[in-house]
Amino acid sequence: MKRVYPNREYCIGCHLCELACITAHSESGDLIIAYTQEREAAGLSPCKKIFQKGSECVAISCRHCDDPSCVAACISGALHKDPETGETVYDRGKCVGCWSCLMACPYGAIRRHPVESKIVKCDLCRGREEGPACVQACPNQALKYEDRDE
Amino acid sequence: MPQFPNILCEVLTVLFQPINKNYHEFIIERDKDRCINCQVCVRQCSYEAHYWDDNRQKVMHDNSKCIGCHRCEALCPTAALTIRRTPSEFRPNANWRPVFLQNIYKQADTGGVLLAGMGSPVDIPVYWDRLLLDASQVTNPSIDPLREPMELRTYLGTKPDRLKLLENGQEPPSLQTEIAPQIKLDTPIMFAAMSFGAINFNLHRAMARAATELKTAYNTGEGGLHRSLFKYGKHTIVQVASGRFGVHRDYLNAGCGIEIKIGQGAKPGIGGHLPGEKINDKVSETRMIPIGSDAISPAPHHDIYSIEDLLQLIFALKEASEYRVPVSVKIAAVHNVAAIASGVVRAGADIITVDGMRGGTGAAPAMIRDNVGIPIELALAAVDQRLRDEGIRHKASVVAAGGIRCAADVVKAIALGADAVYIGTATLLAVGCTLCGRCYTGKCPWGIATNDPRLSKRQNPDVASRKLVNLVNAWSHEIQEMLGGMGLNSIESLRGNRDKLRGIGLSDTELDILGVKHAGR
Repeated sequence: MKRVYPNREYCIGCHLCELACITAHSESGDLIIAYTQEREAAGLSPCKKIFQKGSECVAISCRHCDDPSCVAACISGALHKDPETGETVYDRGKCVGCWSCLMACPYGAIRRHPVESKIVKCDLCRGREEGPACVQACPNQALKYEDRDE
Repeated sequence: MPQFPNILCEVLTVLFQPINKNYHEFIIERDKDRCINCQVCVRQCSYEAHYWDDNRQKVMHDNSKCIGCHRCEALCPTAALTIRRTPSEFRPNANWRPVFLQNIYKQADTGGVLLAGMGSPVDIPVYWDRLLLDASQVTNPSIDPLREPMELRTYLGTKPDRLKLLENGQEPPSLQTEIAPQIKLDTPIMFAAMSFGAINFNLHRAMARAATELKTAYNTGEGGLHRSLFKYGKHTIVQVASGRFGVHRDYLNAGCGIEIKIGQGAKPGIGGHLPGEKINDKVSETRMIPIGSDAISPAPHHDIYSIEDLLQLIFALKEASEYRVPVSVKIAAVHNVAAIASGVVRAGADIITVDGMRGGTGAAPAMIRDNVGIPIELALAAVDQRLRDEGIRHKASVVAAGGIRCAADVVKAIALGADAVYIGTATLLAVGCTLCGRCYTGKCPWGIATNDPRLSKRQNPDVASRKLVNLVNAWSHEIQEMLGGMGLNSIESLRGNRDKLRGIGLSDTELDILGVKHAGR
């Protein structure tokens, strides 16, 4: 399946991917409103996070693993593997906020919702015509959306 | 949280600074309606002009630190930033222009030589702009390069005096003359010498890959060649300069040509100094000097004090490379460039590279860069004419460098007598350079003239090489169009064909040196 692959070597730590992410997942679809209003009011937060240490940085988001630990750990059935697309799908309605998936994820790619008892996880911008917003926004092509299963 | 009016913040940031800090060049305009305080600008600015103000809980900036590179403006996700020249102006004075005032204030503070990066910005005539190209009308047909073959292939190297063919009736004639080694280029545009160290490994890799894909060549500059790039050797000209950094047998045999760098257009008569901070592990192993040590290139080659000495080095390098590759000699365009070029060719150079005074540099004293040398157009015309007059033009190819800005400049250079051109500044512009001219600080915000790992990774070689390939392909198409318009189907037919040029607004002396007629004649 096509996944978002970060390239640590060329990630410049600009955080534009995070901004693209919250814009794509906002009500308004407008970065300025999403960042200055929705973030505070609705706890809108990016599905991905830049991890930085010294000169090294990398943008981490859900890997949509073939054999996801989070799905195995989920106690409410809110996470499942879509057999057709291969995506690890999150059903917000079923989530009870137990954080088992956070503990299970080996990449630290799942985050707590800042205000609700829910999680925030990459959905590959499902339905977005241009593909994942973070990949489109990356100014250094350090994020690639491609199929590397071969 | 108390809110200070904006004007007060500006005052606060310059308190405790030397008073002439207020005479800065640029101002950062932040649109308050658009700025979301996301700090992208803070992370991008390597000069710390933008910063997070904890007291105010918002992004602030210090105009006096802005160097005008536009990196923040380019990456600001809400287009909230505009970088402008400061509107504050000194009292108009045609003689004491602001640049002189600012330089004097700076030197009165530091007591140091003024350093500068990139090519000279001073207003010296650009003859490319005063040369016009010809086109076919009625009496000779123009050619459509999209429908008919159009040859840009160029061979650099010494050409034979005459060709001897063996003909024996039945079979096709065969060539008897042994042809000296040549550098084969699919387009007459090469990436200029920019050393690994001055620019970083990512860009060297990008140039190597782009030159290979384009089937042209790039020049390593004087910093040696990292072993991982040896595989691109068929499209690499290796340089030997006065510092002899990274020069060894494998290096000399790694490329398709060897270039002896005598001088550089931006700083004729001056050596180089790569500060120790730029010498990281990779640069160190490539240059064969310790990590952190300054890399000093002497002004002269200490073994070259005459044409005879140059001859010895040329042939030493030919011996070392077993006469498999041509040897080029690069000189800066100075007053007696034609006579020097003649000597260089007689010393055995297969290629002579002439670098004009508008050529770029990573670091040069500003006085040298802006006042020494002559423009490439005049130097090129003078060299080509001199070599023709002496009947030795075929003994060496001529490469023009220093101030080639577009495809038309390439065409004009070739019509003036160049075999090919080097593009350096244009190469860097293609990967993002905005000519802020602070290459010597090692803090290049575009990740070009820096080896700081946080900055150099801003150049992704995949992206950079694609841009370089695009640029040269675009120029090559334009060259083909211009050739076609003139009714020529091969770059060979344009070479030294000054009849295809006309001068506009030039004096008789300038026209005489350029060897072109005035427009209308």
